[in-house]
Amino acid sequence: MTREEVLQDLKDKFKGDITNVFEKSVKRVYIDIRPEAITRMAKYIFYDLGARFNIASGVDVRYHMEILYHFTIEEINLLISFRVALDKAKLEIDSLAPLFEAANWIEREINELLGIKFKGHPDMRRLLLPAEWPQGVYPLRRDYEEWDKSAIRDRGV
Amino acid sequence: MAKTIVPIGPYHPLQEEPEFFTLTVEGEKIAAVDVSVGYNHRGIEKLSEMKTFDQSTFVIERICGICSTSHPYAYTRAVEDIIPVEVPDRAKYIRTIIAEGERIHSHLLWLGLAGHFLGYNTVFMWAWKLREEILDVMEILSGNRNNYAMFKPGGVRRDIKSGDIPGVIRKIDSIVPTLEMLKKAVMDDPVLHARTKGVGILTKEEAKGYSALGPTARASGVARDVRKDAPYGAYDKVEWKMIVTQNGDVFDKVLLRVLEMLESAKIMKACLSNLPQGDIDLRLKDIPPGEGIGCAEAPRGEVFHYVRSDGTNRPARHKVRAPTFMNLPTYKSTIVGETISDATIILAAIDPCYCCTERVAVRNVKGKKLYNGEDLVRLSQEKTEKIRKSMK
Repeated sequence: MTREEVLQDLKDKFKGDITNVFEKSVKRVYIDIRPEAITRMAKYIFYDLGARFNIASGVDVRYHMEILYHFTIEEINLLISFRVALDKAKLEIDSLAPLFEAANWIEREINELLGIKFKGHPDMRRLLLPAEWPQGVYPLRRDYEEWDKSAIRDRGV
Repeated sequence: MAKTIVPIGPYHPLQEEPEFFTLTVEGEKIAAVDVSVGYNHRGIEKLSEMKTFDQSTFVIERICGICSTSHPYAYTRAVEDIIPVEVPDRAKYIRTIIAEGERIHSHLLWLGLAGHFLGYNTVFMWAWKLREEILDVMEILSGNRNNYAMFKPGGVRRDIKSGDIPGVIRKIDSIVPTLEMLKKAVMDDPVLHARTKGVGILTKEEAKGYSALGPTARASGVARDVRKDAPYGAYDKVEWKMIVTQNGDVFDKVLLRVLEMLESAKIMKACLSNLPQGDIDLRLKDIPPGEGIGCAEAPRGEVFHYVRSDGTNRPARHKVRAPTFMNLPTYKSTIVGETISDATIILAAIDPCYCCTERVAVRNVKGKKLYNGEDLVRLSQEKTEKIRKSMK
């Protein structure tokens, strides 16, 4: 499939789920979608279109939380980013880890750095932060404030 | 049979990503594996949000001592993607030359350590001796043996002097015969075959499911290379081939890296002899609001940077994804069912940072220490020695 066919195919298949398509350049397309649609769209692009899952990146944008799921279709050199916006009062989205292993670690990372819950993740342990890090403190959020980390720093000294 | 837990890791200050593996062992066989990372999480994404776009380049360069080109490469491409602009041709060629030099020295470093784990200390000595030559080349070109500080959004910081080029090409020519010799040694050595063929196999399907990258994916028959799939720099202007092997075992990963070094030497030479004239920098002033994505093929796989700008002089969000983040979880597939003596080489085969494997300690469930890291390397070397003797 060519680039145009892939984009048209996505638009047709997920008409109700796509809210906006922004073609930044020949190689980069950003597609805004409803959060409920992420599992079926990710499944389609990963397994049916043969895309590679690059990574997801969570962004705190003041009034809501965004997650971008980046997929590359290598044959046509196209990077498609699915963008979901989550309400800060209800930070939850379905997990992609049961679909493909590649999403496992990044969801654990976003969970602890931004505090977004991934429903159905098989193994939601901490990935990067130490066990002593307090619950409910998320370092990549805009409202994060520095706190006294001497207990972590001096452990075992 | 009683289960034994083998902890591997986690600390070594030299590595990109300190890792901690918990291997559950039944006798000699590995029954399960669990990985945890984050021991050296430095918060670089957060740090980068507090620096200006220019300063971030230097922070990013220090993510890893070995991939000190790939990260700035992906980052500067991400910033250029925000605007979007293309850098001048001469800058593209210079970037490519530096990136390929990095690939050769990184693969040589890996090859030496892989040789050491298998009990081939001669390979270790040869590979690291050769690496010195390529580091000298990098010093001539950039002024540094590592952390080259060549990249900036919009171009490169330092030009290559035309007087240096013939000497550098001669130096690259001088290492190619040794690389050829290493290739022959890898392909012909029966002991190496016995130790690495069929060990730690990652199938094509598994590699796709993990979205594995770089040599880890290419050794499993997945033709995936950012340099070919989404050409950047001068990669679409010079002649080179993507190396793909089919078996996914340790042997294929060794062979693939050796062959890749020869391709890299070819790319470096082609770029140096066809270096176009012109400007090396766009002198970017303001970065407009928007978002950009940059990818670059590091020695270990694709490096991915996502940068968002809100119109100020700092990134509003900067996401960094190193290739090992995707490659590391493949252990779950490759290591289960193998023996402890093969653990070190399978762990090393995806080219994480091996330093962690030197901190291996094996304990039984009661906590009595049985082996440490040196012992594991010794076990591995003894196995090679045994195979070597049985073949005589």
